[in-house]
Amino acid sequence: MTVLRYTRTAMLLHWLIAVLILGLFGLGIYMAGLPLSPQKLKLYSYHKWAGLTVLSLALLRVLWRITHKPPPLPASQPQWQQLAAHAGHGLLYVLIFAAPFSGWLMSSALGFPVVWFGVLPLPDLIDKNKELGEVLKLVHRYLNYSFLAVVIGHALAAIKHQWLDKDGTLSRMLPTLNPEENRS
Amino acid sequence: MKRLLLPVLLFAAFNAHAVEYGNVLADKSQLTFTSKQMGVPVDGKFGRFLAILHFDPAKPEAGTAQIEVDLASVDAGSKDANDEVLGKGWFNVKEFPKAKFVSNSVKALGNNRFEAKGQMTIKGKTRDMTVPFAYKADGANGVFEGTLPLQRTQFGIGEGAWADTSVVADEVPIKFRLVASPGAVAKK
Repeated sequence: MTVLRYTRTAMLLHWLIAVLILGLFGLGIYMAGLPLSPQKLKLYSYHKWAGLTVLSLALLRVLWRITHKPPPLPASQPQWQQLAAHAGHGLLYVLIFAAPFSGWLMSSALGFPVVWFGVLPLPDLIDKNKELGEVLKLVHRYLNYSFLAVVIGHALAAIKHQWLDKDGTLSRMLPTLNPEENRS
Repeated sequence: MKRLLLPVLLFAAFNAHAVEYGNVLADKSQLTFTSKQMGVPVDGKFGRFLAILHFDPAKPEAGTAQIEVDLASVDAGSKDANDEVLGKGWFNVKEFPKAKFVSNSVKALGNNRFEAKGQMTIKGKTRDMTVPFAYKADGANGVFEGTLPLQRTQFGIGEGAWADTSVVADEVPIKFRLVASPGAVAKK
């Protein structure tokens, strides 16, 4: 079956961000419960560096998406599912920015500026404010729990369409060896 | 009355030379520091400190300073850090509640800038230290401002796993702004 696929750049950005986000979910949940130690400070830094990387990749991705039309959803999908898919993708795009952004805000409010990869200091988005920082901590946490839930829904839907409906939905986001199907 | 005059005159004469700035104005003075954690500057401060300063800008070499910092008054930037930094591996405030700096040697560098040489004692360890500072008179008050180049590992501040200076940098510059009014130390 020939399917219309995403461009290879879109695929690369999708999977790169997917891997980073899954790692960030796990690391975030793990590190938050650790007692203070040099190891914890390191993990927090890695988490922030990766989170900002996601934020910048997401920016690239949106620019790419605006300038490169994605392949259509399989015509066999009922309209309500297509609508749900678009709504889900819209939500993912919102969360992909909101999640790291809330972390950056929270970091600023708690008095820990973000220095990307330990070399590039980013501006503080807001002044130090402990109470606001504690609120933003909760915002960051629950925003990411929601993000994780939507990501799981997204993955389950892709699996259902690919292997139960066999409509090639997931293939659109996977590279192929057939050169005629590739878009760059 | 005449008997009283002599000591008063003597006191005035002494006063004209080295001013004793015994009353550090707590609400106008600040003792802050910046630690670097994984390359990230994190601001902190000390809330309680005492300073006795003798200083005459015209005769700086006679200047002396004694500064005592109550280490338990530290705010290292977060609650976690505050709990940690009071403990054994860091300040160990139970055994060593105070940091002390004593200087008996001040050198003029010109342009209202000076350099105080002295001994810093933290956690039972004493090290020589040179502290550059600027002085200006603000009405009757003296304002002393500068940065003390502290290296935490010289005093065992942060031991064990925390000794790793790639996580928490060795240099913890301590910025001070002491505003003091003239007069003898107020006994409390």
